[in-house]
Amino acid sequence: MHARLRNIFCFLIVFCALTAVWGSAVADPRPAASIPSADFIQPAAFAAILGSEAARKPVILQVGFHTLYQQAHIPTAEYAGPAGDGRGLKSLRGRAAQLPKDADIVIYCGCCPWDHCPNVADAYFALHELGFTHVRVLYIPNNFGDDWVEKGYPVIKGS
Amino acid sequence: MRQLLRAAAALGLSVMLCGTADSKNVGDMAPDFSRADFAGKPVHLTDYRGRLVLLNFWASWCGPCLEEMPRFFDWQRDYGARGLQIIGVSMDDDAAAAKRLLARRPAPYPMVQGDAKLGETFGGVLGLPLTFLIDPQGRIAGRYQGNADLAKMEAQIKRMLPRP
Repeated sequence: MHARLRNIFCFLIVFCALTAVWGSAVADPRPAASIPSADFIQPAAFAAILGSEAARKPVILQVGFHTLYQQAHIPTAEYAGPAGDGRGLKSLRGRAAQLPKDADIVIYCGCCPWDHCPNVADAYFALHELGFTHVRVLYIPNNFGDDWVEKGYPVIKGS
Repeated sequence: MRQLLRAAAALGLSVMLCGTADSKNVGDMAPDFSRADFAGKPVHLTDYRGRLVLLNFWASWCGPCLEEMPRFFDWQRDYGARGLQIIGVSMDDDAAAAKRLLARRPAPYPMVQGDAKLGETFGGVLGLPLTFLIDPQGRIAGRYQGNADLAKMEAQIKRMLPRP
C-alpha cells in the first residue's frame, strides 16, 4: 500500500514539474529586449528603403495580430500571424520554408509597447533557429499607429 | 444660442482637461456602434448618453491591458453611481481567448468583441491598450494609448463627474 502511494506521489511530482516546464515554454513569450539591437531597423531608415527605387526590397512579415494587419500594414508585408502563440509560429515557419536561408527578412509587430510585445522575439529567434542569416526587426517603441502610420510612412489596409 | 455656448464651453473644457493625453480624436463625436456583449445583451454606445463613458480597447495577449484592467474594475465600482460607465472592447482575433480570461475574472461592465471595422471607426486601433473617455454628450474628451498614466486618467474622470 505504501509503495503504491509512493508511486502515485512520485508520478504527481513528475507530472507537475513537466506541466510547469511546458506551461512556461508555451505561455511566456520571449521579451523583445532579448533581440540584439544590432538587428533592429529604425522606422525612418526602413521607410527610406521602401521609398527608394534603387534599394533591394526585403521580405516583410507582420508577426502580430490580424485585426491590426487588416486596419493597416506596410505595403508588400505578408501576414504571418502572431508568433507568440503556437499557430502563428507554425504559420511563420511554413512561410519561411519557402525562402532561401540568406533571404533579407524584416519582421514587425507594433501591437503594443516594445517591452510588452509578445511576438517579435519569438519570431526573430524562430527564424534564426531555422538558419536564416539576414533577419532584422522593425523597432516600434510604442505601437504601429504612433511610430509608423502617424509618421506618414506608407500603409495599406485589407486582409 | 445658450445651448450652443454651453456645447462650445463643454468642448473647450474637454479639450483642456485631456492634459497630457493623446489629442488625436479629442473633440470629435464618438462614432456610434451596436454590438452584443459577451453575455448576449445589446450594447449601443448612444444608450449611454448622459454618462461619462470609458471605452477600453484591449486584448488577452496585451500585458499592459491586463495590468490596467483591475483599476478599471475598481473605477466602475467606485464611480459608477456618479455616472461612469466602462465598456470593454476585446481586439483579440478570436473572442474565445478573451472569454476564457474573463471567465476567470468577470468584468463588472459590458465587454464586446471588436474587429478591424470597429477599430477603423475610431481612427484605427493600431496598438493596445487604447482608451477613450467620452463625455455625456457623446464627444471624445480623452484618448490614452499604450502605457497610460492611470493617475492622470483617473484625475480626468473625477473632474468630469459630478461631485458626490
